[in-house]
Amino acid sequence: MKVVIQKGHIIDPSQGIDGIGDVLIEDGKIKEIKIQNTEVRSQKSEIRSQKSNPPTPPFSKGGRGGIKDSELRTINAEGMFVIPGLIDMHVHLREPGFEYKETIKTGTAAAIRGGFTTVCCMPNTFPINDNASVTEFIIRKSLDGLCTVLPIGAITKVQEGKELVEMGTMKDEGCIAFSDDGLPVMNSLIMRRALEYSKAFGLPIISHCEDLTLSEDGVMNEGLLSITLGLRGIPAESEQIMVFRDILLAELTGGKLHIAHVSTKGSVKLIRNAKTRGVNVTAETCPHYFSLTEDAVKNYDTNAKVNPPLRTKKDIEAIKEGLKDGTIDVIATDHAPHHRDEKLKEFDLAPSGISGLETALGLSLKLVDEGVLTINQLAEKMSLNPARILGLLTPHLSSLITGPKGTLAVGSDADITILDTEKEVTVEASKFLSKGKNTPFDGWVLKGAPLITISKGRIHECQ
Amino acid sequence: MLDNKDLLGIKELSVENINLILDTAAGFKDVLGRDIKKVPTLRGKTAVNLFFEPSTRTRTSFELAAKRLSTDVINFSVPTSSVVKGESLIDTALTVQALGADFIIIRHSSAGVPHLLAKKLRASVINAGDGTNEHPTQALLDAFTIREKKGRIEGLDIALVGDIIHSRVAKSNIYGLTKLGAKVRLIGPPTLIPREMEGIGIVVFHSIEEGLKDVDVVMMLRIQMERQGKGFFPSTEEYSKNWGLTLERLSLAKDDAIVMHPGPMNRGIEISSEIADGPRSVILEQVTNGLAVRMAVMYLLAGVKR
Repeated sequence: MKVVIQKGHIIDPSQGIDGIGDVLIEDGKIKEIKIQNTEVRSQKSEIRSQKSNPPTPPFSKGGRGGIKDSELRTINAEGMFVIPGLIDMHVHLREPGFEYKETIKTGTAAAIRGGFTTVCCMPNTFPINDNASVTEFIIRKSLDGLCTVLPIGAITKVQEGKELVEMGTMKDEGCIAFSDDGLPVMNSLIMRRALEYSKAFGLPIISHCEDLTLSEDGVMNEGLLSITLGLRGIPAESEQIMVFRDILLAELTGGKLHIAHVSTKGSVKLIRNAKTRGVNVTAETCPHYFSLTEDAVKNYDTNAKVNPPLRTKKDIEAIKEGLKDGTIDVIATDHAPHHRDEKLKEFDLAPSGISGLETALGLSLKLVDEGVLTINQLAEKMSLNPARILGLLTPHLSSLITGPKGTLAVGSDADITILDTEKEVTVEASKFLSKGKNTPFDGWVLKGAPLITISKGRIHECQ
Repeated sequence: MLDNKDLLGIKELSVENINLILDTAAGFKDVLGRDIKKVPTLRGKTAVNLFFEPSTRTRTSFELAAKRLSTDVINFSVPTSSVVKGESLIDTALTVQALGADFIIIRHSSAGVPHLLAKKLRASVINAGDGTNEHPTQALLDAFTIREKKGRIEGLDIALVGDIIHSRVAKSNIYGLTKLGAKVRLIGPPTLIPREMEGIGIVVFHSIEEGLKDVDVVMMLRIQMERQGKGFFPSTEEYSKNWGLTLERLSLAKDDAIVMHPGPMNRGIEISSEIADGPRSVILEQVTNGLAVRMAVMYLLAGVKR
């Protein structure tokens, strides 16, 4: 089957493409890109150049390029942006073990609706993804899913922070990174070994940076508000101490470190300094860390309970600055669906997390609207950079990844997000495709939304 | 009339509402001094004490306050309830409401629980202490006691001594007393006083001698033994030596300063017996006033239009 996306504003930072043009997809791969008067196409392509006849859209019905009508589907993307499919390198799909919160099927449906074509799922399932058979289960299950699922393995067995997992075997089965997300590795020696050992396989260690002894049983940001609400606080230092520790360990070992969900001004500063020194470190933040302050928990709203907690205005400013200057490479969702009954509880007892896949793009486009990021930078943060960090730009050993992702280069998987930056959408949690309706953004009006998500050549309408 | 159907905290109360409660309590205090201490004001109403934390003093006070108003009262305490069978908080509260409760008086170890219930229930929710957030009726009875003893609250220097950070009594008093115009100071070790409090116009002292100088009211807080050994203070002996209230230290306050304590006291640790039983102590009057204040709260909440 062939698909043509016509007249869209194509953005592909990997090739420096930024212009109006057409994309041709054939058999789930990018076959050709045509930008106004220039052309990027496969050498083997049999489609002839349409240069000589500009008023007629290329690949249109009539098949001047030799494409038969019956096989061709045309998408008019005039006025829309066409960007490489979004890659979310931090989600919780809950399967196996917590299917009442989310399944791979519902989670990937939510991803597609949010404009994501690839999601990377954290290992804190039950059983935990700390061995190849769980990885294999997730991969097998994900074949039913609408988008590509790439599992992240645990760093240590049972996420206990004691013994490393079989990273090589798990990589062979499809793991693309390792993380003890949610239960950070507190033992510095084990973290050092993880950063050293993973070098053999070229996969990153993703660190949830939190000094658990300092957080103790905190449930929100520490400050006047936590005192006022009578809720136990988690100081910014609890994150920053571990960000600094892990940066030092990455420096010591030369390992590949990726810092998850950066939430504080101090962390941005530490990462910026490390990058200046040439440390092999990358970082992500999540939409809620640049969209909401701790004020969101004022009513004891458990939907705004996340870990790390929502911080302050000055942290938001620093995170935006970090996104702008490249200190923060990636916007990920930390999609953490929970059942309604679990969130309808005492604030202390409710689990942390936000169901984020279906609001992430709209919230991130606000940064473009505000002039913090260009649309090109947004495509980098939500597609190219995750692909680069996870090694998805080059063909992967795993049979699961059939071609490069995060790029529209000819021969890549046809993973494409078509978005409208002007369209206004009201967030309706009850209508989420994710099982998790837990969002503090319910009722928000977001400007900008994905219209069509194409995953491995399959076309999905988002609304 | 009060603005809301619930009493969640002093934070949420206007100065007018606080004064209304205090004025109404004065009337009920007269009732309590009579030979027949019961009024038919809220006959036919039902109050439920929903206590998820052990409490004798507060629960008894609410129970008696309800009875003095001719309200039926039921005690629902956790160890005997369905909560241990895994029932959710909301379900427990809805069950109690379905039994016909007009007032749900709740104590819980988690902050914000009364707020959560208030949103879900038609009944009036009265916060009888939620985690380290607030204990509004305690602050109201303290304000009532100070007003009665000193004739005013505005302009008074009031010292709160002890574990501020974990004390819902301290929090509610800080909000209430500052709203009513008092100058509040906090005294205790740095581990037990949140630094952020200094930002909201409150003066912090780590030396009790400096802090007590010329105050009108000394409000002692209970030191919880379980804080010992957790890094807040090394031992109760050391705590007592540095922050316990002795006659010598009390002499630094104004000559007519009163001493308060929400109870239960640790005699010889945060407060010496000579002071607790001495002429400056108003500790037992606080208990009596608690009844009048809780009657006033229930009476006024019953009159709030839904």
